[in-house]
Amino acid sequence: MNNTKDNEMTLIFKSKSANESFARATVGAFASQLDPTLDELADIKTAVSEAVTNAIIHGYNNTTGDVHIHCEIKDRTIYIEISDKGCGIKNLAQAMQPLYSGCPEMERSGMGFTVMETFMDSLDVSSTLDKGTTVRMSKTLRA
Amino acid sequence: MDIKLQMKGRTLIAALSGELDHHSAKTVKDMLETAIVNKSAQNMVFDLTNLTFMDSSGIGLMIGRYKLITSIGGKVCIVSKSKTLNRLISMSGVTKLMDIYQSTDDAVKSVGGM
Repeated sequence: MNNTKDNEMTLIFKSKSANESFARATVGAFASQLDPTLDELADIKTAVSEAVTNAIIHGYNNTTGDVHIHCEIKDRTIYIEISDKGCGIKNLAQAMQPLYSGCPEMERSGMGFTVMETFMDSLDVSSTLDKGTTVRMSKTLRA
Repeated sequence: MDIKLQMKGRTLIAALSGELDHHSAKTVKDMLETAIVNKSAQNMVFDLTNLTFMDSSGIGLMIGRYKLITSIGGKVCIVSKSKTLNRLISMSGVTKLMDIYQSTDDAVKSVGGM
């Protein structure tokens, strides 16, 4: 049976850092139809900000490409997929280690994936060198 | 993102408001680096009271300034009452480097700036 509350949206934008706030605000606005708590909303926006920043800094390495976000709502769960068609991640296990930064000279904390993992219920990252990276996250909101 | 800088003794207080992400962090970093040198600051207080959003870019920014200030023998601490921000700060391990206070007065006292 179709749940009339189920919903989805797609957002495509250029990999410019000015779009980081646009991306998290848009996903936050989409998630707001689930009446999230302030903490839940902050968790989602922070996780999205981390994934989008990774796509811009590491995926496209400050060249310009498209960042795709696809969100789905099923019952009380929001599924968020953020992908780029950038350089990909050579060593994904290393990149996902807390405090590891691929750009130490940029003063990154290396906490991006840890934040996503902590603030969301699930995190799955797939990456192919020279093809790009896709981050899939989900979070079930309290009723 | 807006930043207000104030000196109390040799302590630089940086009051950040708005959203601190990768996009805004570069500007904030440049302003802080300049202020630390020009004002001969020895200690630093990050006042996050009016910050509405921060991701790990803010953590990187604070750790970077921590390294600079401690290299000249100073101390760094944070003012934040936000449960959401404090959770991010705690999970990143920053609280092992700098303490969180409820008011700028307490923070400035803790680094010996008053």
